[in-house]
Amino acid sequence: MPKFEVVPILELVRETPTTMTYRFRGDFGGQPGQFLMVWIPRYDELPMALSYLGAVKGITVHDYGDATHAFAAFSAGDRIGIRGPYGNAFRLEGEKVLAVGGGSGMASMIAAIEAFAQQGAQVVTAAGAKTAAELLFVERANASGEVHIATDDGSRGFAGFVPALAEKLVDREKFDQILTCGPERMMKAVVDLAKAHTIPIQASLERYMKCGIGICDACSLDDRLVCMDGPIFTAEQLDGFEEFGKFRRDKSGRRIPA
Amino acid sequence: MVDLRTEIAGVRLRNPTMLASGFLDETGGSMARVYEAGAGAVVTKSIGPKPREGYPNPTIVELDAGLLNAVGLPNPGIVEYAQEVKRAQKGGAVIIGSVFGKDADEYASVAAKMASYGVQAIELNLSCPHVKGAGTEIAQDAGAVRDFTRAVKDAVSVPVFPKLSPNVQDIASFAVAAEEGGADGIVAINTVKAMAIVPELKMPFLANKFGGLSGPAIRPIGVRAVYDICEKVHIPVVGVGGVGSGRDALEYIMAGACAVQVGTAIIPKGLAVFEEITKEMASLLEDAGFGSVSEAIGVAHA
Repeated sequence: MPKFEVVPILELVRETPTTMTYRFRGDFGGQPGQFLMVWIPRYDELPMALSYLGAVKGITVHDYGDATHAFAAFSAGDRIGIRGPYGNAFRLEGEKVLAVGGGSGMASMIAAIEAFAQQGAQVVTAAGAKTAAELLFVERANASGEVHIATDDGSRGFAGFVPALAEKLVDREKFDQILTCGPERMMKAVVDLAKAHTIPIQASLERYMKCGIGICDACSLDDRLVCMDGPIFTAEQLDGFEEFGKFRRDKSGRRIPA
Repeated sequence: MVDLRTEIAGVRLRNPTMLASGFLDETGGSMARVYEAGAGAVVTKSIGPKPREGYPNPTIVELDAGLLNAVGLPNPGIVEYAQEVKRAQKGGAVIIGSVFGKDADEYASVAAKMASYGVQAIELNLSCPHVKGAGTEIAQDAGAVRDFTRAVKDAVSVPVFPKLSPNVQDIASFAVAAEEGGADGIVAINTVKAMAIVPELKMPFLANKFGGLSGPAIRPIGVRAVYDICEKVHIPVVGVGGVGSGRDALEYIMAGACAVQVGTAIIPKGLAVFEEITKEMASLLEDAGFGSVSEAIGVAHA
């Protein structure tokens, strides 16, 4: 595993008004759900999930701050630094899988959705976003199975939050595995839903990170580290956490509401 | 069975390994986990008077030579940190509180607060190599090391251990200054000032440009520093820098340290490194005919 390399961006793909995919060559492995530490030179280094595996990797970035905003103005040929892949991966267990994604959370799950479909599992995706234009990877998910849509403003599909849509799906069909990634309070609702129906769940969490290699303690969640012990946790693990869905930590390490 | 217990100025440890400041010690949950994994004590992240975000990323890079960092002393501030100490104490951890400030008064007031949380000792970060106004200048000024140590000693009743910088001409003279200031022990060494440049990007890796190097590359520097310090002072010394095995730890012990701190070795070995070091130390000591760690302290000074 290379510790660090500089790669040119091969291609940028505008996915939604606020998300962009960056493709680059990467000879390292990488499994669904794992992340890279991506250095946007002169701006920041941030953890980003692999949205494409294979020889030409991809990350899909939500423009939410100064660094990601600057990154959106990058062009093909511009160079970035990458380290990784880091973290654990989605366990590809289950015959009938429900993937519940909120906003750019789909970026962390799409490789797993495709991997599940590839090994013959039936995958149903519930994809949610604020509005229709912000729906991410609906076509890719559609190529791997059924897709249901929820938008907060009702501009497409179910009008409401994606956990409510997921609840309808769970009431209607029997699933033996749920994956989720998105805003933490959304995931908390999905985890509670999975527990109520005794369906195993894997949730991919996000925390501010500095090192990505298990030493700086910035991404801690109770006594676990999102970079090393996660980013993917099961309901059993999350049950033991006081902080899940309630607290995160700011850059100084202060506990703040999630 | 070799007796691995050790003591630093009255602080009793079940074994001579301590978690070095800056590693998995921003939160109480992580400190409790490290203690549970086998560390003899944990040193907290360096805590200052106010919340501080630290530098922008990149703040850490793994090099062939070791780990280079300029994290910039992020910390939640001494008031907020009370709850982290409390969480670590729930796990029964022996805790040494590391503090920093911009002047002697600030060191003293942060240390007093830290001591009031019930930590067993105070470590003074007098030597962060990359934060202006929080160590760099102090580390270069023996008078300041003495005065700051004195100010903290006057403010707390627990033992005080200044942590010294290797980025000076003669580290032993700084240890002497700390001893004059009333230090109960010395911790040596902090990281070595260093830089890495990324040729493809034509710029330094770290956002702060330079930082501090830790890991195996600095072990011989640390062992030499501890050896020199032990020739000059009469207070206990804790060795830090590149300890990743029992053998590494024994280098420091035989140079005169009564305990060692471990940080960078957690990256390749995980938290099992603490148990691994203590087991290997025990077996090496036994092979060499020692009945305890304390018998081996300083034996290289023949």
